[in-house]
Amino acid sequence: MNTKGLDDAVDSMLEMFIFETNQNLEQLEQITIQSEKNGAFSGEEINDIFRIMHTIKGSSAMMEALEVTALAHAVEDIFFYVREKKPEKLDCSILTDLVLNAADFIKTEIDKMEAGEKTDAIAADLIESTSAFLLQLKQINGEQPAKITLPVKPKPIQASTQKLSSYIDLDEPVNVFQAKITYKDHCEMENIRAYTLINNVKGIVGELHYLPDNILEDDESANIIRKNGFNICFTTSKEYDEISVLLNRTIFLKELELEQLTDVTECSYWPKKEMLPKKALPEQIIAKGEEREINHPSMISVNVTKLDILMDLVGELVISEAMVTENPDLQGLDLDNFYKAARQLKKISTELQDGVMSIRMVPLSGTFQKMNRIVRDMSKKLNKQAELVLVGEETEVDKNVIEHISDPLMHLIRNSLDHGIELPEDRKKAGKNPVGKITLEAKNAGNEVIINIVDDGQGLNKEKILKKAKENQLLYKNESDFTDKEIYSFIFSPGLSTNEKVTEFSGRGVGMDVVMKNINAVGGNIIVNSEPGKGSMITLKIPLTLAIITGMTIKVGQSRYTIPIMSIRESFKPSLDNILVDPNGNEMIMVRGKCYSIMRLHQLYNIVGAVTDFNDGIMIMIETEKTTIGLFADQLIGQQQIVVKPIPAYIKNISKTQGVTGCTLLGDGNISLILDAVGIVNRV
Amino acid sequence: MAEEVMELDEDTQKDKYLTFFIGKEIYGIDIRLVTEIIGIQPITEIPEVPVYVKGIINLRGKIIPVMDVRLRFKKEFLAYNDRTCVIVIEAHEIALGLIVDGVAEVLRIGEENIVPPPEIRAAQNKYIKGIGKTGNEVNLLLDCDKLLTDQDEAAIVDL
Repeated sequence: MNTKGLDDAVDSMLEMFIFETNQNLEQLEQITIQSEKNGAFSGEEINDIFRIMHTIKGSSAMMEALEVTALAHAVEDIFFYVREKKPEKLDCSILTDLVLNAADFIKTEIDKMEAGEKTDAIAADLIESTSAFLLQLKQINGEQPAKITLPVKPKPIQASTQKLSSYIDLDEPVNVFQAKITYKDHCEMENIRAYTLINNVKGIVGELHYLPDNILEDDESANIIRKNGFNICFTTSKEYDEISVLLNRTIFLKELELEQLTDVTECSYWPKKEMLPKKALPEQIIAKGEEREINHPSMISVNVTKLDILMDLVGELVISEAMVTENPDLQGLDLDNFYKAARQLKKISTELQDGVMSIRMVPLSGTFQKMNRIVRDMSKKLNKQAELVLVGEETEVDKNVIEHISDPLMHLIRNSLDHGIELPEDRKKAGKNPVGKITLEAKNAGNEVIINIVDDGQGLNKEKILKKAKENQLLYKNESDFTDKEIYSFIFSPGLSTNEKVTEFSGRGVGMDVVMKNINAVGGNIIVNSEPGKGSMITLKIPLTLAIITGMTIKVGQSRYTIPIMSIRESFKPSLDNILVDPNGNEMIMVRGKCYSIMRLHQLYNIVGAVTDFNDGIMIMIETEKTTIGLFADQLIGQQQIVVKPIPAYIKNISKTQGVTGCTLLGDGNISLILDAVGIVNRV
Repeated sequence: MAEEVMELDEDTQKDKYLTFFIGKEIYGIDIRLVTEIIGIQPITEIPEVPVYVKGIINLRGKIIPVMDVRLRFKKEFLAYNDRTCVIVIEAHEIALGLIVDGVAEVLRIGEENIVPPPEIRAAQNKYIKGIGKTGNEVNLLLDCDKLLTDQDEAAIVDL
């Protein structure tokens, strides 16, 4: 049992470590890039970076990622120096590179840890270049190359006075133990190891005191531990053997002296009662580390799966509510009070639904900020000058949508920079500002979020795209019939993207089909606009959430289907005069002078008992980037918010149906299948 | 503690089979796989699946696919009546409802009373794991793994 508990503790510690470190790294990246833009590191930014590196150093030592620890230590040294000495000559650009490289290294290692792999990369090169930079920095700022003595605050060695008060569910602690732990020589950072040890035992001890007490605040304590060993004294309900086993697990343990005392007064550094401070140990660390965030509203991080379960439950609730209030048994009854109560219930459940939705909403700023790094790195590599302007980054979308759009955005920004923005000299010739401008803009529009990626580069070359599309036999109608929009959307075709030449001349190519796929996967749309010589604009329309969509439910035979409202352009009763049939039997409809293919849903899915006469059914115009078609169904049932449920795995395994993406429960308990416009259009 | 209870639970269910009818034959299915037995429900059809997959049902908010075992065994379709049952099973985290003519009983068939199906006809017996003997009766024990995973090529072509 005990070992299991310990393993769990390690797992949750690892999870927490990965989460925190990733957050810290993200913040680090933002700060660094911001400082580079400003051309200088402000005092606050230096403090922040120092703090982040310090935190990473401490926590990675706890997780035994020693290379990370060493690297973080080296970077921390630089910022310690910068903070204390405020050197006048500081090459921000090189320093930024150093910090970003270090961040990348740490990130890779963290990813490995997350995947359960060994952290085996060697950071020696990075550490060396970091140290070399520090040395150089010291030299050019007129300091002796000798190692500077860190201004250690001389603190009297006294007993720590911390009571771990948060573990009240323990049995009455009766046994008192005193232990002296000596670490193996050269294991380094004894103070951090001591802290790890304290963390390990604090779950089982009542009250705990140790010497030296200032293990986290003062690096000098490492030396003291090295010399005198680490002394801890604690009360616990556990027996000698258990404690001995636990302490013997300490990593790099050289020697353990454990003795049982009869009373706490025997311990020389046990404090008098009235001296006990109020703060518990973990709080102190937070207070130290996150001073800047005190003003923020208090936050907790929650596992997304928990939110998913909550979301599911709320979805069920909404459906069951509809089942009760719209129950056919109630029809024809005079139920004023019932409906009054039902309305109240409806109001509450809608609020509950909104509340749960808002929990899942995350601002886009995190994703947007990441693009800064890409623009910076790429413009350096390509010898281009570009500035990224972020607008509306506070716009919020569902967490699961963010995950899906991060990669596409990266691709689009890359393409804008690679193929859109010209070289500085070309831009000058064209009479433009040599620094290109890419604007990443997000805004809310009803149930959608619109993201624009605008660049002031050379724009797309229509003729080249058309020519290439023709060579790849992608043209599905007469060349002259293509609108600009349709031509531009060819850049998302897989055939085009792999072709080097097109990307070289007319831009946009590598991986653009993947962008389209990802955006379509979340039910979004992409629209491309471009003006030769002036730039181009790519617009992404993304649903706010994947869990709930607004859909139009239709009926075909006995089956119900739901079409996301985003895909529907219009619906109407078709008139036979507007319907044409070509010699192959393909049906088409004229709408305001334009001709569209017709897809009969009952034919597509072999539904018996459906309406076949155009006069009796309804035509729903479905729009995708590629084309628009008319979908013929029996009748519209109504528009409503639906909770998307996945198609059962078994069905997915045996069926290769295109066009059905999920299902949902209707108010009457029936199931409706959710149709996907892109899948349907592909069937034409 | 929890694990012990689980083990105990497993033990009482060992060697027990839920038997059901398809026509005159009696089939058995390992009771550990069975989640529940329900009457026939309104079924929502799914387009473009093999004929034996009748569609999906709403089981208290969970969406579960249902398979007509009769059609799966290439027997003739029989209209559903009030004896028709859906046995909901769960294996490899896949939930599936089996539509059967009727449920019989729960039987204990020890391993010593189970004989492998005749090898010569193995091709035809691919869903039968063994033949169980209880008294005078003979039960065909279903291999649910195969039932779930094995693709019936012919049925898909039939579309």
